[in-house]
Amino acid sequence: MNPLSYHRALSTADALSRAGDGAARLLGGGTNLVDLMRKGVERPSALVDVTALPGTIEATAEGGLLIGAAARNSAVAAHPLVRSQYPMLARAILAGASAQIRNMATVGGNLMQRTRCLYFQDAAASRCNKRIPGSGCEAEGGFNRYHAIIGTSPSCIATHPSDMCVALAALDARIHVAGAAGMRTIPLVDFHLLPGDRPDIETLLAPGDIILAVEIPPSPVARNSAYRKVRDRASYAFALVSVAAGLSVREGSVEDVRIAFGGIAPKPWRAFRAEAALRGGPATREAFEAAVIEELAGATPPPEAAFKVELARRTLVAVLTELSGSDR
Amino acid sequence: MAIRINGAEIAVPDDARVSLLGLLREQLHLTGTKVGCNQGACGACTVLIDGERVLSCLTLAVQADERSVTTIEGLSGAGSHKLQDAFIEHDGLQCGYCTPGQICAADAMLREIAAGVPSYITADLAAPARLTREEVRERMSGNLCRCGAHNGIVDAILQVAAERTA
Repeated sequence: MNPLSYHRALSTADALSRAGDGAARLLGGGTNLVDLMRKGVERPSALVDVTALPGTIEATAEGGLLIGAAARNSAVAAHPLVRSQYPMLARAILAGASAQIRNMATVGGNLMQRTRCLYFQDAAASRCNKRIPGSGCEAEGGFNRYHAIIGTSPSCIATHPSDMCVALAALDARIHVAGAAGMRTIPLVDFHLLPGDRPDIETLLAPGDIILAVEIPPSPVARNSAYRKVRDRASYAFALVSVAAGLSVREGSVEDVRIAFGGIAPKPWRAFRAEAALRGGPATREAFEAAVIEELAGATPPPEAAFKVELARRTLVAVLTELSGSDR
Repeated sequence: MAIRINGAEIAVPDDARVSLLGLLREQLHLTGTKVGCNQGACGACTVLIDGERVLSCLTLAVQADERSVTTIEGLSGAGSHKLQDAFIEHDGLQCGYCTPGQICAADAMLREIAAGVPSYITADLAAPARLTREEVRERMSGNLCRCGAHNGIVDAILQVAAERTA
């Protein structure tokens, strides 16, 4: 690790005045950043600890939820409103990492975490276009069982690792950001970028921007929602495929539906095409099958991850079938 | 600038790169806390900060400024902790390397259950979770045991939980 300075910001203004320094990094729980610093992937000369900024979780006037960026993952998952109004979000957070890491990790940090592609993390010996643009991609012809099947580019096939963000994508969350030009909000589905030819640029944040909060609108469909994560062991592993979904059925028809996938794309993958195919149609297994096939029609999996197309199909159909109550 | 470690006020290191784990072991010689993977994958370095379980390998010591840290030495005090006795009774260890992390994690986990916090496998998120064998396995998944003593670990934790509610 490089020598570095540390400052605990006590106000947003204080953090903003320091975040613009290109060599500075904002520090949340450190569960990803400290590890990447030790591996030589991140080399900040200054850390600005933002965990003393607001981390409260409160209901909004319109009936949604506002979660301060410094809220710990465990606090969000345990919150009564999250558990009752947005069960897919509580379940997604609880599916991620371990209890120790969830106690440390912040919501803002979770949004900014980097891929766990082994080649990205191997600064000593592997080429990686995300780490060093133009250097090449070892995953393309290497070990790519954990890699993405949709939304990739010739430059990068790494997945976004977050579980929480998959639920937030399905819930139409908005990110509150402070920057040099003032405040703005960014829909979560737009916040993360597909790799294209610049996989090193991962979000819409500009240098010096700070995430202040995540806002989730009221969502009746989210009350009947679930998060299912399929992985190589039962717990404490990243997703091969995960699904966040909410479904409301009226008289056999899909009244409303929200679907997002994790583990299959470079960003939390909101399944807009599948949702459009389902909305207003029959809530049947056949319709669920057809919708997911349409969603994944453009999949271009690397060789070792080809199984994920079928796994994603089966997982979504199982989750929607369960939510529709037709398996009872 | 001080961290309260097992009740003692300890100065925060000048070098911000020093991890809490490094401070505990190499400067304070509190070697009960173990270095396993040093990358957040094994749980051997688990300690309590303000009563909550965290990984000391991924915590910079400076982040713990003005907070209270408890290690296995602090938990056991002059004698032994009930979880330590139960781990021995149920063969919840062979080599013992992961044990301090397991005990710290279990101590916090029992408080989480008592507070009604759900886990990924809790069927009803709205109701308080019940302490079953499956719940213990899910909630302790962040602590690996390469000797494979997990069954004994689960038995030991369930016994201590049963004694507390008896």
